[in-house]
Amino acid sequence: MSVCQTSFHDALFDRTTAVPPGLCDGVGQPAGRRFNVYRNNVAVSLTEALEHGFPAVRSLIGDENFKKVSGLFLLQTPPSIPVMMLYGQEFPGFLETFPPLSHIGYLGDIARLEQAQREAYHAADSGSVAAETLARLSPDALAHTRFRLAAATRLIRSCWPIYDIWRFATMNGAPKPAALAQDVLITRPEYDPALHVLPQGGAAFVAALLAGNTLAEACDAGASDAEAFDLSAMLSLLLQGGAITAVETED
Amino acid sequence: MLDTSGHPTHLPTAPGVGYKPQHFQDILENPAPVTWLEVHAENYMGDGGRPLAQLRHLSERFPISVHGVGLSIGGEGRLDPDHLARLKHLCGWLLPASFSEHLAWSTHDSHFMNDLLPLPYTATTLARVTDHIDEVQEALGRRMLLENPSSYLAFVESTLSETDFLTEIARRTGCGLLLDVNNVFISATNLAVDPRAYIDAFPLAHVGEIHLGGHDEDEDDHGAPLLIDSHGREVADPVWALLDYTLQRSGPRPVLIEWDADVPDWPVLADEARRAARALERVAA
Repeated sequence: MSVCQTSFHDALFDRTTAVPPGLCDGVGQPAGRRFNVYRNNVAVSLTEALEHGFPAVRSLIGDENFKKVSGLFLLQTPPSIPVMMLYGQEFPGFLETFPPLSHIGYLGDIARLEQAQREAYHAADSGSVAAETLARLSPDALAHTRFRLAAATRLIRSCWPIYDIWRFATMNGAPKPAALAQDVLITRPEYDPALHVLPQGGAAFVAALLAGNTLAEACDAGASDAEAFDLSAMLSLLLQGGAITAVETED
Repeated sequence: MLDTSGHPTHLPTAPGVGYKPQHFQDILENPAPVTWLEVHAENYMGDGGRPLAQLRHLSERFPISVHGVGLSIGGEGRLDPDHLARLKHLCGWLLPASFSEHLAWSTHDSHFMNDLLPLPYTATTLARVTDHIDEVQEALGRRMLLENPSSYLAFVESTLSETDFLTEIARRTGCGLLLDVNNVFISATNLAVDPRAYIDAFPLAHVGEIHLGGHDEDEDDHGAPLLIDSHGREVADPVWALLDYTLQRSGPRPVLIEWDADVPDWPVLADEARRAARALERVAA
């Protein structure tokens, strides 16, 4: 009576499946609830990984709801690799399409913001370019420059006040979010991700830089998105966040 | 012992602890009696950031043991070549004093279950685990240690005892063994065998490291005790007694305290390590 790993695995993930015969206690009686230790270990450890990764989502929907939704998510999308630090990439999309929670329109974007911070935290280290390096370039050279951005750089665009909601959910005494759209840039000056709410046109500008466009092209993208686009404010944000790791001039 | 680049090639015969980032400053300022650290390999497989920087810093002061929890050596399928490459990369830059993994499986059909699952002990599984350990040692270019599991159930189909299985694995592959004394106590209690008889049958000459950790108590359908390997509290007294029994037979070994859940402040963990130091002193005397 051999127990293959497929039947063991299937019974772990489906509690309605009987414990595979062929598993026993020390004196040959059927294993019974002993099998549940493994079921619990899997469910609890994966749930804890999601709790650790998405504290703002957890705070917003409450512990009980979070346990329920993560319990369903982990059955549908267990980790595909043994590295757990970024487990939950599909969690934002799952939250958006999960009927009991889909009325909370911002939940998916909050989860995206949290996942982006985890990615930034574990991203490769990089040196950063100082403001003087840019100041030395002629206006024409600067226009044709392409920035290489740090691996930790993340841009989350949203039609919800995601920064305010995230802060409200994770920090005591944070003000209640106002009704406005917020785009957030994540930089990692040293080891801790820093969140910046972008001014108008900022997200279009950063998105263009991330796509490998020149500074002039990114500037156009920012300006056509918002008349009030302020290039120098955006440059100092990127420089202070250590987000520019290299400048590539055309010649 | 140091290798040509000055890295220790063996763990000291002294207490170590499983490293937790919240203890980083305490360990730098006041490590005693801890002389070496163990990390879970999979927590250091990011591209950069604070975890890797802290580990790099600690490795300049302490011998490091890399303990894998995700290779699924007992799996029916082949080892994941991507994961083996990640381990090779980590061991390549860190040059740890030791690398260890578990007699267990954790991945099936690209599903990682984040738990150490049991396997039957038969000629078939013996051949498969032997092949997998050969592959790991070949890929990493080093000898590994294999850890005995904590068991909550057994397989009707098993034809070998766990100690015979591990003895044969060590003989065939040349790998060392990591003896988790807490796991011995848990498995022996759960499967109604004598933990001292298990130690007596264990090939102690191959033991390169000993683990200790805390466990929780539950019971099965028949009211029999069912101990759970939780690593969330102090090491239980009967486990300390079993450590003494083991050390009397094995002689001094590197002894590690594992505390992974409800992690206490550093002084509490250091006290557990101090207790391990006293156990080591008793056999050295």
